[in-house]
Amino acid sequence: MSLLTPLARVRGLGSANEGAHHWWMQRLTAVALVPLLIWFVASLAFLAGADYARITAWIGHPVVAVLLLLLVFALFYHLKLGMQVVIEDYVHGKFAKLVCLLGNSFGTILLGTACGYAVLEIAFGGS
Amino acid sequence: MDSANRPLSPHLQVYQPQLTSVLSILHRMTGVWLGVGTLVLAYWLIAAVMGPEAYGTAQDIIGSWLGLLFLFGWSYALFYHLCNGIRHLFWDAGYGYDLEVAARSGWAMVLFSIILTVLAWGLGIIAGGG
Ligand code: HEM
Repeated sequence: MSLLTPLARVRGLGSANEGAHHWWMQRLTAVALVPLLIWFVASLAFLAGADYARITAWIGHPVVAVLLLLLVFALFYHLKLGMQVVIEDYVHGKFAKLVCLLGNSFGTILLGTACGYAVLEIAFGGS
Repeated sequence: MDSANRPLSPHLQVYQPQLTSVLSILHRMTGVWLGVGTLVLAYWLIAAVMGPEAYGTAQDIIGSWLGLLFLFGWSYALFYHLCNGIRHLFWDAGYGYDLEVAARSGWAMVLFSIILTVLAWGLGIIAGGG
């Protein structure tokens, strides 16, 4: 016996109305982050001690800028989803939980957008 | 429905810590710690936009002894979370649930994360950072 209506069963989205989307995006961003972060850390290691001109030239290089944008997007998306689960597990007051979840969403989107803007400004700006 | 006082699973007061459970909670802790690290990443990128002076200040802070110590902590957390994350992805695909395999992949993950951290810092020092 199922308590779901036939329509709900076909949609398969469950009580949170989003199905496995959160779970799936956490995995998708994790898979994307593996090569992106290995590349990023290796690049930073190679660039250790580089001066301002060399760093900005690196960030502004088209290939690098595109990869950095992808990294920033996957990183903050993954972080947003991950922190959401942590908050849902540990913050119990209804109001406190809502505040934390909103802060998490706005905070990660704000930081991610700022990072993305920084990459674009270095790539396209006059500097 | 009042569910406030039901016992939680795993019941931590009587739960014997073991390799798998310790590695598991460390995955969560490194994830949160890396989240704090994104603040530094954002600061570094924004300083690079603001110009050579702001960037120099950022480099001084990050390049100080305390800064490097924190950076080391984040680099290890990153490689830990990365290696264990791959372990997670294998589980998600349905592999690696035998107790023996889970223990072996756990130790392998710890070993790999240490090797990768040493490798990254070795590379950085050779590349002339120091
Ligand atoms: C190499 C890249 C990464 C991989 C493969 C990866 C993988 C994963 C996986 C599979 C999970 C789900 C774990 C679970 O269901 O319990 C997870 C959770 C999480 N990740 Fe990552 N991750 C990566 C990088 C990052 C980074 C860079 C951050 C922070 C900026 C981060 C923050 C988190 C957080 C906060 C959680 C939630 C922890 C939890 O629910 O216990 N991850 N990660």
